[in-house]
Amino acid sequence: MSNKHGGTGHFWVQRLTAVALIPLTIWFCFSLAKMPQMSHANLSAWMQSPFNAALMILVISVGLYHGKLGLQVIAEDYISNRSTRTITIAIVTMICALFAVIGIVSVLKLSFGA
Amino acid sequence: MAEFKLPANSIVKTGKTFDAPEGATRTKTFKVYRYDATNGNNPSVDTYTIDLDKCGPMILDALIKIKSEIDPTLSFRRSCREGICGSCAMNIDGSNTLACTMAIQDVEGDVKVYPLPHQPVVKDLVSDLDNFYKQYAAVEPWMKSDTVPAGGRERLQSVEDRDKLDGSYECIMCACCSTSCPSYWWNSDTYLGPAALLAAYRWIVDSRDDAADERLDALDDPFKLYRCHTIMNCATVCPKGLNPAKAIAETKKMLVQKNL
Repeated sequence: MSNKHGGTGHFWVQRLTAVALIPLTIWFCFSLAKMPQMSHANLSAWMQSPFNAALMILVISVGLYHGKLGLQVIAEDYISNRSTRTITIAIVTMICALFAVIGIVSVLKLSFGA
Repeated sequence: MAEFKLPANSIVKTGKTFDAPEGATRTKTFKVYRYDATNGNNPSVDTYTIDLDKCGPMILDALIKIKSEIDPTLSFRRSCREGICGSCAMNIDGSNTLACTMAIQDVEGDVKVYPLPHQPVVKDLVSDLDNFYKQYAAVEPWMKSDTVPAGGRERLQSVEDRDKLDGSYECIMCACCSTSCPSYWWNSDTYLGPAALLAAYRWIVDSRDDAADERLDALDDPFKLYRCHTIMNCATVCPKGLNPAKAIAETKKMLVQKNL
């Protein structure tokens, strides 16, 4: 899929991630609700399952990517100054990337039993 | 940033009041936006109360009556008075529409008449639509083909192909849709707006036009097309009952299919 500066790539990926987030969010909420206690030990044990860890990484990465795309739309809508807009989108991208890395590393640490 | 407040010189003040003529029994009050770009004054709202027994049924009839009999300085565009030319598009009772096809009796209370929103005002209800027309021209709304039709005569089209144009060719370019769209308010310098995008769609789906790919490529832009977030104001206000939002959604679908 070409994603020069076209906008079609952004549009399509935003919808794809939105659809992917429906089952992921349902799974995430049910998993948390099913947990007897929200303790470190419980979460750690739950994250030992490769299935849970993999889906958790997907929740974090797809969710943050979708959030980044949405915030970019808001910036493009409301910030008319081109430089301010570009800087805002860059900051949003970096913050989302940072949170994604922190989240994924945390899942991996729990999953590998740290 | 997007403008959420009126600039100081655009704050609307209370203007003159013209009472109903003596003996009038059935009256209606019109509150009409007045502004003259040449005198530097702030805009104001003048109040005209007219005798409905001596006025035609439509808002445009009332505006013509006000101009002819009460205040000849009032400016507005009008031509066909039957919803075909699109000249008398304005904001009536909080919604963009044509003054000629909107009945006075359909407005409860006072009738508020303003120019089309978020456009520069030339005078009173006459807004500057230069940018709107430039955007229409930008989608190159004419047939493009390198081939000569068989026999050198007209280009034939099947009934099914002709049906695809229904709902888009009827646009009268009144600008009600584009000027009702918040995305167009905030980004009218880059976002083409519903009217121009409906015109683009009309040519993309025309079986006689050979430039659909070229037209789609030209629209593949985060600002020209993708500022539309499908809030449907355009379809709500269109005085011809068209649905530009649907045409824009179809255009996005075609772009996804083309680029996948």
